[in-house]
Amino acid sequence: MSGARLGRVLALAAASSLVLAACAGGGGSGDAGGDVTSVKIGFMGDLTGENAAIVIPPRNGAVMAVEEYNAKNPKVKIELVQYDSQGKADQATSLITKAITQDKIAALIGPAFSGESKAIGQQLEESKIPSVSASATNPGLAENGWTYWHRVVANDADQGPGIVDFLVKAKSPKKAFVLSDDQEYSVGLADAVAQSFEKANVTVERDKFAKDASDYSSTVTKVAAANPDVIVFGGYYAQAGRLLKQLRDGGVKTTFASGDGSLDQQLVTGAGPEAAEGAVLACPCNIPTPDVTGALKTFFDNYKKSANVDPAIYATEGYDAATAFIKAVEAGNTTGEKINEFLKTVSFEGVSKPIKFKANGEPENNAIFIYQVVNGKVKLLGAAEEAKLEG
Amino acid sequence: MLDDFLNQFLPSTVGGLVFGSIYALVALGYTMVYGVLRLINFAHSEIFMIGTFTSLVVITAIAPASPLTGIALFGVMLLIIVASAAISGGAAMLLELVAYRPLRRKGATRLTALISAIGASLFLQELFALVIIPWLTGKPGRNQQSAARIVDRDTVFTIGNAAVRTDHIIVVVAAVIMMIALDRLVNKTKIGRGIRATAQDPEAAVLMGVSIDNIVRVTFLLGGAMAGVAGALYLMEFENTVFNVGFVLGIKAFTAAVLGGIGNLRGALLGGIVLGLIENWGAIFLGSQWKDVIAFTVLVVVLMFRPTGILGESLQKARA
Repeated sequence: MSGARLGRVLALAAASSLVLAACAGGGGSGDAGGDVTSVKIGFMGDLTGENAAIVIPPRNGAVMAVEEYNAKNPKVKIELVQYDSQGKADQATSLITKAITQDKIAALIGPAFSGESKAIGQQLEESKIPSVSASATNPGLAENGWTYWHRVVANDADQGPGIVDFLVKAKSPKKAFVLSDDQEYSVGLADAVAQSFEKANVTVERDKFAKDASDYSSTVTKVAAANPDVIVFGGYYAQAGRLLKQLRDGGVKTTFASGDGSLDQQLVTGAGPEAAEGAVLACPCNIPTPDVTGALKTFFDNYKKSANVDPAIYATEGYDAATAFIKAVEAGNTTGEKINEFLKTVSFEGVSKPIKFKANGEPENNAIFIYQVVNGKVKLLGAAEEAKLEG
Repeated sequence: MLDDFLNQFLPSTVGGLVFGSIYALVALGYTMVYGVLRLINFAHSEIFMIGTFTSLVVITAIAPASPLTGIALFGVMLLIIVASAAISGGAAMLLELVAYRPLRRKGATRLTALISAIGASLFLQELFALVIIPWLTGKPGRNQQSAARIVDRDTVFTIGNAAVRTDHIIVVVAAVIMMIALDRLVNKTKIGRGIRATAQDPEAAVLMGVSIDNIVRVTFLLGGAMAGVAGALYLMEFENTVFNVGFVLGIKAFTAAVLGGIGNLRGALLGGIVLGLIENWGAIFLGSQWKDVIAFTVLVVVLMFRPTGILGESLQKARA
């Protein structure tokens, strides 16, 4: 996920700056005062492309939040306009121009990915359209000096330290083995994890393998020889599943942890339920699983009613992003500028986490959530600070 | 460093022998086709992939609730090996019929055949990803597919700190049996004599009454069957496969064939085992990410001193 997004950032940064230059000055947004009876809020992301599976859940969450709000017959209703950027920066730039000049949206939920966020951030800034992304996790986005940009999810740089803090607390390891394949996302996460372990005075040994390798026997041999207290793998679920299976077959029983790239039921299929049992997974996303309680349970049930599927990745974050705007509209703000002013002070108990923004648009609460494979199913244990491992 | 080496040498050797056996079985197909037609059959890696999926389907159909032992294990292993060998062998013959024979009939150059091989390789990968895998498994064709466990990972004996497991023994023993059988077939039978004759001098072989078309067909069948057996052993060992599983493995197996001496059956065996061992031994010192670099460095060094590979190109030169 993050790897693909980062790729887009690099590839399209140059192209998008050209388009931005051409579009600059096309601003003028929102309805100016008067008796407003409805406000348009956009949702932008990959709704039909190859990564739509990551974007449809937050879209459903946003739709659900807006429906719940409109059902209360408020004075000012919200109309959610969906823009299918397919996750591509060039499509996002042309869609946002249409959204601002024709549809006159007052605010935008999204864009879903970091590449498209980077591409249209400047235009949103100039047109004074506040945005809240539910899923763009590239750390660099907060460093553009944008005042209209926000997100409700922790960034990639928070993930490595988050996993390590949790493991140090839960297992007090003396020696950690950090593994990864050779993809950009994988190596980045493994580096961050290794550094955090060293800061926590945990000895680190490392090994890396090619993304398409199928035999990990040399890696298994190294891990077995090192006899670590905990193993962390940076990478996606396909490699994680194969690795985990071979580690367990090779007699390595140590706790295995990985990041959001491996957070998928296919990890269990790939490793086999027996080998996957007990594996720890971390993600900036808060995905309620069927056994949750409290507010998350209410969300789980309502989402299932509204979307006809279980909530998946970034569904709660999409709901929270929409709620931030709904709170602004409820408080009588209907223009982009006023909504943005409101976001500076907004503070509420979101479904995913308490929502409050820093001056640079990052969430005040950058919680990492911990999951564990229990009885062959990925189960949410909660935010890293309070999560307790099972078994 | 020395400590690492002492701790990891024996387990790495076991891992290297197991994966080297699979390289060797796949390498046989490259080497036989090259020996007879002077063609690098790049689509051979997809014949291997077809073997892994045949085994996947058979194992899924049997759906063992728990790993098997004794006669049941022997029976199921035999079944997946025979099924995979048959389907892969058949697919290889079909491949020859569609992708190579028409070119050969028209006297096309070797370069044309090579391009046809690359095209066939990509065609088969995409055909499986888009049509066949979704149809076989009902899941998206580019996902990794997993099979149930049929062999328990019991340690049979240990050498030093290296555990030798049941599955290791099955892979190596099955591979060795297949290679001995193939070696016998090529060196002792009439059809084998035909293969060797065609490899040495196709025109003279025709004059002696050898049907080139038949020999080529049998060569593809045998090479494909070996890749099918490799696919069955691979699936039993790793329990996962994907539409492009053969890509990297195929390149390595081809490397093994060149390392041992392309066109030479025993060379392919030696090359596969040597490649598997060197990769794993090198990884002890440099890390597993260097496996590919190590493998190809060794290849270059060997070819610098012995351009025909370790054992030389002997399928052509062998006496009939």
